[in-house]
Amino acid sequence: MSLQYHGFSSINGSLVALENVENVGFEEMVEITLQDGSKRQGRVVEIQGDKVILQVFEGTSELSTTNAKTRFTGHPMEIALSEEVLGRIFNGVGNPLDGLGSVYAEKKMNVNGNAINPVCRQYPRNYINTGISAIDGLNTLIRGQKLPIFTGSGLPHNELAVQIVKNANISDEDSQFVIVFAAMGVKHDVADYFKQSFIEAGVMDRVVMYLNLSNDPIIERILTPRCALTCAEYLAYEKGMQVLVIMTDMTSYCEALREFSSSKEEIPGRKGYPGYLYSDLASLYERAGMIKGSKGSITQIPILTMPNFDVTHPVPDLTGYITEGQIVLDEGLNQMGLYPPINVLPSLSRLMKDGIGEGYTRKDHSAVSSQLFASYAKVQDARSLASVIGEEELSTTDRFYMAFGRLFEQVFVAQGFEANRSINETLDLGWNLLSLLPISELDRVNPKVLEQFYNREKAISYFKECPGVTLDTILTESYE
Amino acid sequence: MNQNLVYSINGPVVKVKQPRNLMMMEMVYVGHAHLLGEVINVSEEYATIQVYESTTGLKPKEPVEGTGSLLCATLGPGIITNIFDGIERPLKVMAEDGVFISDGKSIDSLSNTRKWNVTMKVKEGDHVLGGMIFATCLETAVVEHRSMIPPQVNGEVIYAAESGEYTISDVLVKVKDARTGKIVECTLVQKWPIRHPRPVLERKPLNIPLETGQRVVDTFFPLAKGGAAALPGGFGAGKTMLQHQLAKWCDADIIVYVGCGERGNEMTQVLEEFSELIDPRNGQPLTERTCLIANTSNMPVAAREASIYTGITIAEYYRDMGYHVAIMADSTSRWAEALREISGRLEEMPAEEGFPAYLSSRISQFYERASYVETLNGLTGSVTIIGAVSPQGGDFSEPVTQNTKRLTRCFWALDKSLAYTRHFPAVNWNMSYSEYLDGLSKWYQNNVDKNFVNYRQEMLSILHEETELMEIVKLIGSDILADDQKLILEMARVIRVGFLQQDAFHPDDTYVTYAKQVKMLELISYLYKKAKVLIDQHIPVSAIAKTGIFELLIKIKYDVPNNQLSMLDDYFKHIDDAMASID
Repeated sequence: MSLQYHGFSSINGSLVALENVENVGFEEMVEITLQDGSKRQGRVVEIQGDKVILQVFEGTSELSTTNAKTRFTGHPMEIALSEEVLGRIFNGVGNPLDGLGSVYAEKKMNVNGNAINPVCRQYPRNYINTGISAIDGLNTLIRGQKLPIFTGSGLPHNELAVQIVKNANISDEDSQFVIVFAAMGVKHDVADYFKQSFIEAGVMDRVVMYLNLSNDPIIERILTPRCALTCAEYLAYEKGMQVLVIMTDMTSYCEALREFSSSKEEIPGRKGYPGYLYSDLASLYERAGMIKGSKGSITQIPILTMPNFDVTHPVPDLTGYITEGQIVLDEGLNQMGLYPPINVLPSLSRLMKDGIGEGYTRKDHSAVSSQLFASYAKVQDARSLASVIGEEELSTTDRFYMAFGRLFEQVFVAQGFEANRSINETLDLGWNLLSLLPISELDRVNPKVLEQFYNREKAISYFKECPGVTLDTILTESYE
Repeated sequence: MNQNLVYSINGPVVKVKQPRNLMMMEMVYVGHAHLLGEVINVSEEYATIQVYESTTGLKPKEPVEGTGSLLCATLGPGIITNIFDGIERPLKVMAEDGVFISDGKSIDSLSNTRKWNVTMKVKEGDHVLGGMIFATCLETAVVEHRSMIPPQVNGEVIYAAESGEYTISDVLVKVKDARTGKIVECTLVQKWPIRHPRPVLERKPLNIPLETGQRVVDTFFPLAKGGAAALPGGFGAGKTMLQHQLAKWCDADIIVYVGCGERGNEMTQVLEEFSELIDPRNGQPLTERTCLIANTSNMPVAAREASIYTGITIAEYYRDMGYHVAIMADSTSRWAEALREISGRLEEMPAEEGFPAYLSSRISQFYERASYVETLNGLTGSVTIIGAVSPQGGDFSEPVTQNTKRLTRCFWALDKSLAYTRHFPAVNWNMSYSEYLDGLSKWYQNNVDKNFVNYRQEMLSILHEETELMEIVKLIGSDILADDQKLILEMARVIRVGFLQQDAFHPDDTYVTYAKQVKMLELISYLYKKAKVLIDQHIPVSAIAKTGIFELLIKIKYDVPNNQLSMLDDYFKHIDDAMASID
């Protein structure tokens, strides 16, 4: 079908309207040829009788109502996929950027994807060892989970994502571990940092990159994560690979969606974002998971910068409702020079409870993590009190917690960029920390478990020998 | 030309120009792919249709076929243990065609080939009324399915089949309707429009609690059978977790669990867990009494809007058989957002935060379907609604939470700061309330303990006093407090940690009977009374704390198994001993 339409009836932002068009499907792809022969891609976004509204990916500059020809391709947006995509770099709509020519299509897949039938999902249970105590110990990442990093400008979220990629090892060796990286509206040097880090870590031949930089068209940005996830689905479910998808930055994506929505003159919801933002984000995040009968899995780590560290902003808020937890980075910890600055209290991994314990990590895992959470929460109470009356005036118990909190942040959370801790190291460290507290304060742990793991003398001698750690005297004194 | 044709397409909203014979809320098939839709607006010029499936690839001038009936749920044996999408398509059957949900599948909701062992309850010549049970069959190990004469029918049975094996399409009874004179054929199934409540004989007052085994719910903020509860909380506050706990352990006969715009993995989890967990009341897996409706967040948004109605219609159907049904809707905010999304596509004038102005009337229509009734056939049944609300940014002043609050009488506010400290279930005792307590107090007196309501009040006032004292502590530290005030803080800690916190993963703590709950309350109250005597004798709280009695009481929930409640009586002696040991 090579019927071409000449010109447009109107152009508004990235949207153009065509009239007297017949036999066009909703969300069908179009190809627009300019007078100089260059081509642009677009998509049908609305149909009213014989009037069709198109969204042009590369922008509408230089288009006039007469100077271009439009051809309808007859199918929704598809990308070509084969195992050759590994190691390649594409732009936001799946065209090669690395000069290696287009991909031989073993299969063409619709980028919009279809919803996975809940009956066919496999409940994720195997954990991914990230080597980071604050994640492995307290907010365990599970294979097939979607766990975003909530962060802000100026925080080391990119480093954290790279560290996870470097350390991530998945217990069974027979299936291949690959990374799909989608950059949406990030700066050129950020994309470059990821590329360099992947090369240094020696994983570049297992990475597929989809780059939409901050000066690229926003319409492409809306398709970038869809292309990346379609690629991930192909690798995971057709090829049985373990896919880790890193998507950065979701806030830029949502802003692109808002810009597009307002150009379509849609009724805005909260903060001008379209009313369907939740459904739209869900159509991305819900593509993580595992499917019964397939070896592969898709694990997502979306990174999103919270505007002004505001977790109630629509983007982090709606994300939190869809994803299975979140890792929250904290400005305060970062200013204290602690890396990774993970604030464990608002962080959460929803799938953790079913992927830890005997047979997965260690049987005492849930005990140690819930007690660490509870104890560290008390540290916050002591701190807010100390900020009013001063640390000197605190009760002994509260000063205990102040010292415990400092040690916890220094030793457990701030492990540094190079450290790669095994799950046993993390859990032992957790018990050592807890053992410094009076046993009566450990109310989340079953007494039998406590008996087995609580060892005060061992903990004190451990921290005394720990390089660079100063143990507050209050923690080593005997208590009544 | 008298066919209806697609004119415009905008997401799930499709318009037909100059419609013929389309009526409001009629179910229609759109396009060659037979996408299911519902007419939501009719004028001479256009009819607007919301389509329950993805409209990608749909073209103008494709045909729109009316079905002549409203969007209906198919009600009959085979619903329990099944999992449906928002418009009652069986997901297990759809899974046979691939792991991804493709469009335009019109599949029967219930199996046409499965045979049920039917026992007939009527014979030729009987006079039957709407709602009367004409046949029964065992649907699952614990649910007897009672097939009823459609509500509007009233007349004489002119044909009745013999008891035996039948499929859902076999005609079992023919009734000559006395009013219209028409012959009505009854099979094991009936259709019911999902947006209409099913009729009942009489609505009854609510004075029996829904026992949930969750202490904070049962003791502090109880929900009556036939009532409605709202469960609001920001993400990570544990809404879904609490919903799952209620679905697992509450003493309803049937559970309808609607996953409305939530995570796919959560539904998988429910499927897996419920088939493994054994119901303590009948020794059968929980799936044997559960029906799941899963319209996850990435499934079409219009079907999400319908899923709530599909769920409540199924619940009412089982209520009419004389069962107590609990329906969990997780989450009604996603449903409200679906309303908003469709309203936006229709270019309706938005009210608060972009939600349509009819939000509140839609929410009330839903919650008003909660009821404790005498059914048309003289049985008693109930539908209890537990609706989760996901307020944006955890802000309870947003429209969905506020409207829900007005229409439900039980409010379990989940608190993020409690969740951060891993206090689960994170129900905030200062913000939550239950207006059902008055109606239930008689039941408590007769079935639990005559002092139950008093104990509850005592605990609540201790917690309330703690909140006030904490204001002082936050400013000047706890050292300044007098010993009787310190005792309040200790007692409040015992209540919070030992009673309110409940471990869903602990085999004994995950479900606790009223008998154990009231004994725990009594023990806490007894300890408080005894400790107060010592405080009056100027013995410091720290001396009492040293005996370890507070910790002992906190650990009761783990130390006393549910089947050895007699152990609890020993604790009175433990308390006495501890007090006596102080000089």
